[in-house]
Amino acid sequence: MSQLIFEKSRPHSNKMTIPPAEVGHVDINKTIGEEYLRTGELPLPDLNEVETVRHYTFLSKRAYGVDDGLYPLGSCTMKYNPKIDEWAARLPGLAGLHPYQPVETVQGALQIMYETAQWLSEITGMDQFTLQPAAGAHGELTGVMMIKAYHNKRGDRGRTTMLVPDSAHGTNPATANVVGYRVEEVKSDPRGLVDLEDLKSKLGPHIAGLMLTNPNTLGLFEEDILQISELVHGCGGLLYYDGANLNAIMGIARPGDMGFDVVHVNLHKTFGTPHGGGGPGSGPVGVKKHLEEFLPIPRVDKRQDKYLLEYDYPHSIGKVKEFYGNFGVVVKAYTYMRALGREGLKEASQHAVLNANYVKEHLRDTYHIPFDRLCKHEFVITAKNQMDSNGVATMDIAKRLLDYGYHPPTVYFPLIVREAMMIEPPETESRERLDDFIATMKEIADQAVDNPDVVKNAPHNTVVRRLDEVKAARNPVVRWEESGDV
Amino acid sequence: MRFTPNSDAVVQEMLNSIGLQQLEQLFDDVPDQVQMKRPLDLPPEMSEMELYSHLSHLAGKNMAAAEHPCFLGAGAYDSYIPAALDQLLLRSEFYTSYTPYQAEISQGILQAIFEYQTMICQLTQMDVSNASLYDGATALAEACTLAAVHTRKQLIVVPETVHPEYRQVLDTYAISGYYEPVFVPCPDGIMDWDRVAGIMNEQPAALVIQHPNFWGHLEPVEKAADLIHQAGGLLIMVVDPLSLAILKPPGAWGADIAVGEGQPLGNALNFGGPYLGFMAVTRKLMRKLPGRIVGQTDDVEGKRGFVLTLQAREQHIRREKAGSNICSNQALNALAAAIYLALLGPRGLKEVALRCHQLAVYAQRRLEEAGFPLLYEKPFFREFVVKTPDAAAINQRLLAQGMVGGLEVDGGMLLAFTEKLNRQDIDRLVATFKGE
Repeated sequence: MSQLIFEKSRPHSNKMTIPPAEVGHVDINKTIGEEYLRTGELPLPDLNEVETVRHYTFLSKRAYGVDDGLYPLGSCTMKYNPKIDEWAARLPGLAGLHPYQPVETVQGALQIMYETAQWLSEITGMDQFTLQPAAGAHGELTGVMMIKAYHNKRGDRGRTTMLVPDSAHGTNPATANVVGYRVEEVKSDPRGLVDLEDLKSKLGPHIAGLMLTNPNTLGLFEEDILQISELVHGCGGLLYYDGANLNAIMGIARPGDMGFDVVHVNLHKTFGTPHGGGGPGSGPVGVKKHLEEFLPIPRVDKRQDKYLLEYDYPHSIGKVKEFYGNFGVVVKAYTYMRALGREGLKEASQHAVLNANYVKEHLRDTYHIPFDRLCKHEFVITAKNQMDSNGVATMDIAKRLLDYGYHPPTVYFPLIVREAMMIEPPETESRERLDDFIATMKEIADQAVDNPDVVKNAPHNTVVRRLDEVKAARNPVVRWEESGDV
Repeated sequence: MRFTPNSDAVVQEMLNSIGLQQLEQLFDDVPDQVQMKRPLDLPPEMSEMELYSHLSHLAGKNMAAAEHPCFLGAGAYDSYIPAALDQLLLRSEFYTSYTPYQAEISQGILQAIFEYQTMICQLTQMDVSNASLYDGATALAEACTLAAVHTRKQLIVVPETVHPEYRQVLDTYAISGYYEPVFVPCPDGIMDWDRVAGIMNEQPAALVIQHPNFWGHLEPVEKAADLIHQAGGLLIMVVDPLSLAILKPPGAWGADIAVGEGQPLGNALNFGGPYLGFMAVTRKLMRKLPGRIVGQTDDVEGKRGFVLTLQAREQHIRREKAGSNICSNQALNALAAAIYLALLGPRGLKEVALRCHQLAVYAQRRLEEAGFPLLYEKPFFREFVVKTPDAAAINQRLLAQGMVGGLEVDGGMLLAFTEKLNRQDIDRLVATFKGE
């Protein structure tokens, strides 16, 4: 069994030394005051460097990254993270910058930010970008705050409702709620697209906007997007683009040309920066001209070849984060975009969409396809056949994939599809990898018929087997304690 | 340089195998009116060697504060990062992995976060920590939302000794309508106790205290918990995690929520991010804590394992009823913080904190001798404001000497001291202050 670092702790084994300050005697009982000082020992683990290094090396072997293999997680775009990006972000001239240094000492950093915003503007068809949001959900928050600021400035305060499709990411309704909007759902039609009639019936002077992902979370392009845009704008609302699926359309179509007023992009999805086991990400937000004045401060501007940080935007929503955003992530995305260039970005999207359609078509006879159309960079299939005939669920198939060394697809999402598996094989996967995955998915489907228990009880080969999530939530043990559980 | 392994010939075979002839057909469902009819107006691709020189050139246009004596702090600190740390962070199973939703192949990340949560609890003396938030400022905003929801009240009392950027973020997030911040002027460099106490009859949801505060000074925290608790509100403390190696932790002061910027724990300056916000609460607030939380459980064979837990709080379950839209944590930064704490250990961390404090005390004494007294005569941990009308000019001189000066503020300069500095650096700082 895996030991916790605290269980490996042995008194006085850590031999890290810190040189003495050599500045004469400082009595902290006087300079700080006894009443302010911590009493007793600091209860941190006590390990020698070698044991610490072995501990984390051991833990790393119990994790699975893109470098380990195919990661077909829908809506997450788990593409390869180029090593040159890691190198770039660690350059002392970038990693070693303090956010409050004088601007004349950070011209190269500001240039990277300025150019990244320009690249993103061209790719998405927007007029201006902020790089401040730290993640996609943070970008949504920033974007929806700007929508609210826009309506408020116009004195249009009756717009209390944000529309989201029933296939939307959970962050969309959550964001709208956090910004103080009532949320109303728009139905999907039998095509898997926004139901125009339902949308029309929900529009009115109380609508602040519609949050949309395109291609949507079923991996389908919203073909009626221009009509949707006309309808939403026609009632005075704004159109928000959730950029989770931008990887499908770079160089092919732009949210700005579809009528979107605000977009967020996920640098950790579309632009190849690593997900880091759950972060850090970066969620820049782009806007059309009529929303520029609401962008967070500071903005990076350029005057006579000098880059500067500009704070004087009185209608700005303010700051959404300390300093200027996740700059280290921006450096990686910038390096990635420069590597690919205009043709490479388009090719990335083309190959991503090819990979998705290739896998979908080759699984057609094995799994149920709820919305059978040309897909974009991802698609949704289900375990309906397997469930109906042998009681094998999507979760079982996902767990069985672990035995074959795959990270499973996104499961049980979007919520409108029963037993959903959302598969996104990014452009950085070779045909051989895809063929192996297809073969494995077919093999598991065969097992679901011949030996359903082996699937239902999967995984068998992982370091732990299925974990009791109910127990974890009912009796939460969320930290280690020497004396036992909290 | 592209990262698409399939050759043109393979692409063609793949297309043919699904009944298509060319890539363009994959986009037949994109209406003609929104199809881009021109190439992106961007430069062409670059080889890795070109990238190498381009990025080196851009980095070379900057002055890396971390490679010079740096007296800038104010929420981001140029700490020493042990060599082992980055090598471990570069284990690609860590940094190229996704959020650990698939627990069985993510035990390493889940365990590392569980250990991080424990270490944050050890430092803060709080009961429960989440898996981290975007940064210190947004962690404070989330804490205020939590306090408002928990107490069913809105007013958040925020002395102006709290970091100005934290206050700005708090103000922006207030658009939610969950809480309403009231900022209390503090002319003496520490919380104005009388003014704060005066607001207590207005039914505040919480009192926020940054300790040490933005100016580096220790706040009158001793009776703060009683004050706000008697008024029916919560005490939110914003703390520098390094200070907790020697200072009494929030839990011991009676705080209900402790938040802060985790950057000083092994995270590079990175021009302001990515960092991590930490957040820890008392047990009674556990089910209202925003963000991800890792919990311990067993597998079907009774083996200990870890999972993301208490997810009923989160956006993907609660959707339009969620109190926070957070959908990630700063996992890699939290991992860096945990590895840092493990590498330093209990004695190492204390020695780092003491060294920072000793250098700050030495600098303050030398500056005072040189005619630059404290702007606020209060005890400090590792930062203080030195009084001078010429902060900008002094900073220019420091820069010319290859040093990064402090933050220019009204009436002086906010100077920070990390363990990377030494006595000689400070003597040069003082000499430059004097114009020598």
